[in-house]
Amino acid sequence: MKKTDNTYSRRSFLKVSSLSGGGFMLGISWLASAKPEETLSALNVEPIWQELTSYIKITPENVIKIFSPNPEFGQNVMTSLPMLIAEELDVDFKSIVVEQASYNPALFNRQFTGGSQSIRSAWKLLRTAGASARQMILTAASQAWNVPVLELTTSKGQVKHAASGKSGSYGSFSTAASKLPVPKDIVLKANKGFRLLGTPQKNVEGTKIVHGKPLFGMDYTEAGMLIAMTERPPAFGMRLKSYDATAAKKMPGIVDVFTIQVYEPTQKLAMFDTRSFNEVIAVVGKTTWDVMNARKKLNVVWENAPDTKEIMNNRETIVPGGLESTTKHYADMLDMDKKPGQIQRKDGEPEKAFESAKHVIERTYTAPFLAHNIMEPTNTFAHFQGNKVRFVAPIQGPDFIANTIATRLGIPKENIEINLARMGGGFGRRAYGHYMVEAALISKQANAPIKLVYSREDDVSGGIYRPTYQLTYRAAFDENKRLTAMHIKGGGIPESPLHANRFPAGALDNYMAESWSIPSNITVGAFRAPRSNFNAAAEQSFLDEIAEYMGKDPIAFRLELLQRAKDNPVGKNNDYDAARYMGVLELVRDKSGWGKPENANKKRGVSAYFCHNSYAAQVIDLRVKDGQVIVDHVTSAVDCGVVVNPEGAKNMAEGAAIDGIGNALFGNLTFTEGRTNQKNFDTYRMIRHNEAPKKIDVHFVANETDPTGLGEPPFPPIFGAMANALYKATGKRLYKQPFGNQIG
Amino acid sequence: MIKKFTLRINKKPQTVEVDENMPLLWVLRDVLDLKGTKYGCGVGSCGACTVHLNGIAVRSCQLPISSLANQNITTIEGLAEKADHPVQKAWLDVDVAQCGYCQSGQIMSAAALLKSNPNPSEEDIDNFMSGNICRCGTYTRIKKAIQQAAAKK
Repeated sequence: MKKTDNTYSRRSFLKVSSLSGGGFMLGISWLASAKPEETLSALNVEPIWQELTSYIKITPENVIKIFSPNPEFGQNVMTSLPMLIAEELDVDFKSIVVEQASYNPALFNRQFTGGSQSIRSAWKLLRTAGASARQMILTAASQAWNVPVLELTTSKGQVKHAASGKSGSYGSFSTAASKLPVPKDIVLKANKGFRLLGTPQKNVEGTKIVHGKPLFGMDYTEAGMLIAMTERPPAFGMRLKSYDATAAKKMPGIVDVFTIQVYEPTQKLAMFDTRSFNEVIAVVGKTTWDVMNARKKLNVVWENAPDTKEIMNNRETIVPGGLESTTKHYADMLDMDKKPGQIQRKDGEPEKAFESAKHVIERTYTAPFLAHNIMEPTNTFAHFQGNKVRFVAPIQGPDFIANTIATRLGIPKENIEINLARMGGGFGRRAYGHYMVEAALISKQANAPIKLVYSREDDVSGGIYRPTYQLTYRAAFDENKRLTAMHIKGGGIPESPLHANRFPAGALDNYMAESWSIPSNITVGAFRAPRSNFNAAAEQSFLDEIAEYMGKDPIAFRLELLQRAKDNPVGKNNDYDAARYMGVLELVRDKSGWGKPENANKKRGVSAYFCHNSYAAQVIDLRVKDGQVIVDHVTSAVDCGVVVNPEGAKNMAEGAAIDGIGNALFGNLTFTEGRTNQKNFDTYRMIRHNEAPKKIDVHFVANETDPTGLGEPPFPPIFGAMANALYKATGKRLYKQPFGNQIG
Repeated sequence: MIKKFTLRINKKPQTVEVDENMPLLWVLRDVLDLKGTKYGCGVGSCGACTVHLNGIAVRSCQLPISSLANQNITTIEGLAEKADHPVQKAWLDVDVAQCGYCQSGQIMSAAALLKSNPNPSEEDIDNFMSGNICRCGTYTRIKKAIQQAAAKK
């Protein structure tokens, strides 16, 4: 048994209350960091403490309900977060009721799905909640039976006293427990004592999903609700000039047509306020079909937008006017590569090393814009009444957008009610809640409850995309083919992907990283493992190519570099743990049978990457037949610390491999004169069943490290493994994503 | 033009008065409040809206209501009253879903596949299921669930 981290117990207080009709409700309410404490101590800043509460409810009938605080978008936290509570509470997981909590910043901590942080930030908090409730029930039982607490045991929601043979349900003690003070020194189980954590548990909403129950925002309906859609500029760099809605308003089922300004022109915007277009035409009607048809009858004149000032994150930025095209983007990026960038890191004397090099390898990698293609298109329900607004919203970050809604609608934040709907995918797209502002404004103007729905075309052609990126890697070698320096220069439209302090920084005496960016009016944002999802492809392809030049095995070469970073790291700001990095490479090497002979039907590539505090490595076995890539096997090794729910975790890592292979081979959003050339799944190619790997094996590094996150880390490396395996299969190194159209 | 249509949905007659061009998808979702059939693309490219028309898998976003009078339509809600169709049971056993949004359509396609081909090969599954997109990447689990459902039939 180990004591709860002092940081938590010292700063915590817990609340308990009785349920009407008897029973027990434990509101764990304490001051906890908004960020994991180790991150804060690394940054050497005083944490900003915020209140947090999570709930366990136990009725006298022994109905045990656990609220899952974080938004669910397929990462299965609605199963794994309650498991943390259930482990320490000692209840039968299959008999408890799990309910999605609503957004409530006064009661819950960090209701944000993103950054692979849900389990990580809840790890101690939710276990402490479970342990506290259990302790109080034990105390109540000891008082009722007049026996010492130490003689009591628990199992599956029952308290037992072996000596007297007495037993009782948690529910039978819940009312008495609710009158007790909350224990101060909570002791959590040691990892080896876990009975539930580490065992596979099925998705708690699985049955509802296979029965087609209305779980998603898109499925929400209520009496009097109208459907709204918005007509938006057909191109980035354009805006509304004028419109005539006479014909549209005469269409069947149409209630109203009007324009909304998503934000006030002078409104200060925050990080997740990004929206593609600010003035849009709202069409409100009875059914989705009615509204879709009426949109076609709108007569709209669009015009080119000038440069526009915007205050984002307290910085004035200029969104440039102009209609952008992909061909020019790639030409502009090559130009930027020739100019000096901003130096982000420099170790040793890289310039000298390159001057005296006997051989230099230089390669430039690019990747296109990507659309999120969340399977459930963007939507939300909103009902604005008086100075209150109620939402049923698929949203990753309700707290971010609540501030913006309050400002834009001029209402207090506490007047905003957000019920969290299950999300049909997110991948970063639903971190940007502008659609909730739009829906609130439309509901206010239409004076009715509305559900705002984006068409697939709206989502694809006016998204918040993964940026276009470029990275140039240079490596210097001496006369013995020894690697003497590396230089990385990267940028993108409109942001640079560079992580200057990541591997191989720290493993090289002479190293330099430079960054640049090109402004754009195309809106971009988080996309599963932002920046890492490109960096891994470029870095891991380059390491493969230089290993080949040096005559080294790709895994042995990476391990050699990591050993150096582990034993004698260069520089102080390296943001990875070389030992854990090596751990996943060694595991994937052993599990994939690396080193066994390849043949025409089995070509292999490896890749490893660190992001969001976790480590992943993959080996792909593939063959190319008639220009088609057939992936026979993916072996994945992941170190995400303690695995809470192995079945859910495997599913995530398998999905990351498939999603990554799909984007590496096919993902491509291109622009002509500000317009996307792809509008829907008939033109935007997604990976399909017949292109998925035949087999995926996922292995987790067994350790006792507290969980470090899983949603994103297995996604980036697969891009590199694909590039390296394709080289083996075709003899051609590929530098430009997507790879699918360059094979055969 | 708004007209009256009678369909047989999940073995029950349903009369609706809608625009004759309204696709079955929106009749199901917006008129009959059967939300299990999902909107994904509206162009027949993703399979999220798959239902059975006289036992055959079809994309409901591509079927105008006027073409369906007196036809038998089965949606995910009607596949099995207690959600215990062999395909649904296999889906739960394999724990297929991540976000879950595309899974109604995947299940309806899989059920139609097994009806016409009770013992599909891997290639049969790939070919039949390739019209159903899943961005979460649950394809390998879907295949496993279909194989399991086929083995238990």
